[in-house]
Amino acid sequence: MTMTEQPKIKLTNVHKSFGKKVVLDGIDLSVAKGESVVVIGGSGTGKSVMLKSILGLLTPETGSITVDGEEVIGMGSRDRSRIMRKFGMLFQGGALFDSLKVWENVAFGLIQGGQMERTQAYAIALEKLEQVGLAPSTAELWPSELSGGMQKRVSLARAIATKPEIIFFDEPTTGLDPIMADVINGLIVKCVKEVGATALSITHDMASARKISDRIAMLYKGRLIWVGPSKDIDHSGNEFVDQFIHGRADGPITMELRA
Amino acid sequence: MIELLATVGRVFIGFLAHVGRLAAFAGTAISHIFRPPFYLRLLLRSMIEIGYYSLPVVGLTAIFSGMVLALQSYTGFARFSAEGAVATVVVLSMTRELGPVLAGLMVAGRIGASMAAEIGTMRVTEQIDALVTLSTNPFKYLVSPRILAGTLMLPFLVVIADIIGVFGGYIVGVYKLGFNPASYIKATWEYLKLVDVVSGLTKAAVFGFLISLMGCYHGYYSKGGAQGVGAATTNSVVSAAILILVFNYVITTLYFGK
Repeated sequence: MTMTEQPKIKLTNVHKSFGKKVVLDGIDLSVAKGESVVVIGGSGTGKSVMLKSILGLLTPETGSITVDGEEVIGMGSRDRSRIMRKFGMLFQGGALFDSLKVWENVAFGLIQGGQMERTQAYAIALEKLEQVGLAPSTAELWPSELSGGMQKRVSLARAIATKPEIIFFDEPTTGLDPIMADVINGLIVKCVKEVGATALSITHDMASARKISDRIAMLYKGRLIWVGPSKDIDHSGNEFVDQFIHGRADGPITMELRA
Repeated sequence: MIELLATVGRVFIGFLAHVGRLAAFAGTAISHIFRPPFYLRLLLRSMIEIGYYSLPVVGLTAIFSGMVLALQSYTGFARFSAEGAVATVVVLSMTRELGPVLAGLMVAGRIGASMAAEIGTMRVTEQIDALVTLSTNPFKYLVSPRILAGTLMLPFLVVIADIIGVFGGYIVGVYKLGFNPASYIKATWEYLKLVDVVSGLTKAAVFGFLISLMGCYHGYYSKGGAQGVGAATTNSVVSAAILILVFNYVITTLYFGK
């Protein structure tokens, strides 16, 4: 296999359980360089656990996760922090540091992770804020003074500030009105293209999934039951996928009322 | 019977797991104090928060404790015509016991709670995960500066509390009980030894470490939203207060136990 064909991220037979509850039951997924893959699935199907396993915030019991061909499960802290520099992440709730101003949030990875001078990092922060459509005056505000949509934009600016090779999006449009959600989706597509990054997102918002993805994978009961190009999602021939994308209560997927 | 034993065993194993996790947490936090990068700005901020902003509450506690100490020991000692010992009793009690213990308990309520709430909120809003993804070690960034600041600033607070407490005793002694100011001050100095102050400051440093350790530990492992953060806050204050009283006895035994 040549370097160009090596997948950016590759998950092989990944298992993760909490106590007796099996959350990931053998996940296989590979994401090519520059590709945008979206994993869809209902709440509690293990989407977040999968993402956190790749990030190293959780450790799977068995299986393999490679980034640029390097195994990341069980990696030492020095190698782990080197791999972390390749990552950017947009958290579901924004996860902005509320004790820091907006610009300090955006510049955080540059100053703390990259040891950059504050004045230089400030200039880059303003540039990134502009890239996500925020005026320079927002730089001096506190995160609590911003609306939900603006917080998501700042969080996006923070995720792309260090020019990561891989960006993760955790439910990027949850809690936003449809117009703001579309604005964020547009920004994601634009930013990922500009940085030339590989993107892996999880969402249950189909409009978002269609707009930002090259390929879609559907997670159900800890397994990926369908993976394919985004344009094929409407005729996947998979009744689970059909039920999910049309949001029907009736079908093979039943909501588990008891855990 | 078997079920009873099983329950006892489970509780005991759970307790050991808890202690082990706490020890690992403390070890990691301490090791990061000595390894770069150092976040001096955060250390300074924590030191100001713990040291400077706790001054009013610690000062008030100390002055009234010193005052009541003078009054109580006077009424007690008058029965044996030993009123002359009031100044000595005030200064020894303040430096050895009341200064560090009361300052420790007050700071546990003020700082331990706020650390647990702040770090706990950062945990449940994924801000700690965000730190990791931004190549920043949460121990280095959140825990170590707070623990170092707590350990450094509590002795400073206790020195102030000692002085204010003795001054409280002086006010009551001189203006209420009719002692001669010069002889009260002379009696204060006369029997005070270095070990009295040093033992008090040792306690202060240990209490400062325990308070910030409990605040950070409970905050770091909090889960389950607002309720979890609330529980973390309560646990940090209660456990810090109990540990302060336990270690107060242990350190007193080490210094003065025969």
